[in-house]
Amino acid sequence: MVEILKSLSVVAVGIIGFIAVLGGLYWLASQLPEPWRERARVAVFVGPALILLVGGLIIPSIVNLRLSFYTGNGLSPTKWYGLGNFRDIFTNDDNLMVLRNTVWWVLVVTAASVVIGIIIARFADKMRGEPIAKALIFLPTAISMVGAGVIWNFMYATKGNDPDKQFGLITYFWMKLDPILPGHQGPNYWLQDKRFFGIDSNWLPGVNTFFIMAVIVWIQAGFATVVISAALKGVPDDLVEAAKIDGATERQAFFKVVLPYVKGTIITVATTILIAVMKIFDIIQTMGKGGSFGTSTIANEMYEQSFTQDNKGRGAAWAVLLFLAVIPIVFINSRNQRAMREGR
Amino acid sequence: MVNLQKRYANGFEAVPGLDLQINDGEFLVLVGPSGCGKSTVLRMVAGLEDISGGDLLIDDVRVNAMGPQQRDIAMVFQSYALYPNMTVGENIAFAMKLRKTDKAEIKAKVAEVAELLELTPVLDRKPGQLSGGQRQRVAMGRAIVRQPKLFLMDEPLSNLDAKLRVQTRAEISKLQRRLGVTTVYVTHDQVEAMTMGDRVAVLRRGELMQVATPEMLYSDPANLFVAQFIGSPSMNVVRGSVASADPSGITLDIAGQTLRLTGDAAGRLSGLAARVGEDIAVGIRPEALEGDGDASIDVLVDLVEMLGSGKLAHCTIEAPSVRSTDTGVEISERNESTVIASLDPRHTVRAGERVSFTLDTHRLHAFDVTTGAAIGRS
Repeated sequence: MVEILKSLSVVAVGIIGFIAVLGGLYWLASQLPEPWRERARVAVFVGPALILLVGGLIIPSIVNLRLSFYTGNGLSPTKWYGLGNFRDIFTNDDNLMVLRNTVWWVLVVTAASVVIGIIIARFADKMRGEPIAKALIFLPTAISMVGAGVIWNFMYATKGNDPDKQFGLITYFWMKLDPILPGHQGPNYWLQDKRFFGIDSNWLPGVNTFFIMAVIVWIQAGFATVVISAALKGVPDDLVEAAKIDGATERQAFFKVVLPYVKGTIITVATTILIAVMKIFDIIQTMGKGGSFGTSTIANEMYEQSFTQDNKGRGAAWAVLLFLAVIPIVFINSRNQRAMREGR
Repeated sequence: MVNLQKRYANGFEAVPGLDLQINDGEFLVLVGPSGCGKSTVLRMVAGLEDISGGDLLIDDVRVNAMGPQQRDIAMVFQSYALYPNMTVGENIAFAMKLRKTDKAEIKAKVAEVAELLELTPVLDRKPGQLSGGQRQRVAMGRAIVRQPKLFLMDEPLSNLDAKLRVQTRAEISKLQRRLGVTTVYVTHDQVEAMTMGDRVAVLRRGELMQVATPEMLYSDPANLFVAQFIGSPSMNVVRGSVASADPSGITLDIAGQTLRLTGDAAGRLSGLAARVGEDIAVGIRPEALEGDGDASIDVLVDLVEMLGSGKLAHCTIEAPSVRSTDTGVEISERNESTVIASLDPRHTVRAGERVSFTLDTHRLHAFDVTTGAAIGRS
């Protein structure tokens, strides 16, 4: 109790102090003669944000970029390595696997989430119980990635050879399929399975990666559904009716009139999910055991190299790659936003 | 339309039963106050609204169960409903594309329609970049390019400004005559209805009040509702009574003044002869006052409005006004009502004067005070 009060009072003192300093600076600025007064006021208000931006984002980015050209252990490696870290990334098989995984992640999760979102939004629209259905679909979005990882670890769990003793739901159903499907559906340690249902390829991630992706699709599809559903409700009924009178079937009206109408929203949803997937990290930590069994991704590798392997230079290089990969998406997104603002 | 009905799930009866025949090539206007069911009727014809009862026949084929796709109709929406993601050309071509029409033919048709509607310079623009008038023309173009069996138009002019509306009104009329396609046009604006329609169907609460040519509606309204709905300013209706009737004529009592109808004027309203001593509603068009007349009526002028092309005199007369309402006929409790006279702009009458306006008894109308039905020849 005393500890809590202590912390609270420290926070309170901090906030009051911050306000006092700002107020004081503002007062000082107001005392200045006219041409300087307005400029000083602007500086007082923009200043703190600018300091945080420069100190918390821009300087670390530059330090990180510099770090990516060095190699060695310790907090601040000193051995100049040039583009060596990047060369290693693009030549080493383990690192190429990380790149391959990230590409698959981006393609599969983004596409699946958006498509599922569109399908659910379309068919839930004007259905009875739609609000409840949408709330349930949206629920996973509110769960933390680590929490989702723990839940789904149970779903994929495997225990012994008896199908009826399985507490992992997926394994249970999988083993129940054994008499029905051809081949043998035995107990499987899904999250350790580096192969894709027996296929071993350099181009294809293991079934474990796809099973982890399913969790993120489960989370992101809810987000996509809710946003796309709201956009679909904004499509004027007239448009669909006009299309029908023009001779379009329900399906043609949806694909040729409704979807293009909400195109902007779909792009926004897709890019948002895309960026989230590029940064995918926590779920790999909880379900892929920190990128073991061929599940690592760029963001995970960035962490693993920097802190577990103590190779700050390589970690920084991964971070630079991630940054470069996100830039075009941010660009697409902002262009789309502008197009939406300017009206169709 | 044979006994066409529309009931909603909550029991509301939007259209209790409508019988209406539309002739080939005709321009029929459905008009009525908002909520009268005219748009519902149009949407049932389009196939956008389920039909609860009765039959809808197009070219003698019952189309009740057909979707809008199969009815071969085109519709112009109030909002135009242009596809925002397509260019003007693509909007116009959309229906033909869906029908897998030959590409060269589509191109030729679109060019032809664009030429007709002066849309050629904007064919590659998106609807968002067009003016209101241009959008309206694109919506028209989308409808006419297919040469459908039937055009449906749902208040297509209501989003245009007044000047453009008058201009477009005439353009649509000309276009319809030129193409000769049967057209059903919905509006709440009686001026549009009168100027555009070959025939006008007046609806109230889903019921057909009268369907006739604009001239007939104006000169021979079937009931009080039509009489007061058609014409601007609307018909003056006050309570009067039939004082006497004999073979030479009929005498009416309005506001303590007697009006003697003889000859044709009495013949037109010979139904009044059976109502001696009864109250009736007497209708006088503002245009029937102070012109060529064979009788006169005394009024007190309250206000004179100069319109440029004419003057409107708002006058008081000592008789209760009669008004058609949603539920029937309402007679005012005050023994005084305002009567509007439409005058020549050079007329010298001024507010505050007590004057005697001439009245053309051949243009009088009479209605039953309880049902509102017109009383005519017996």
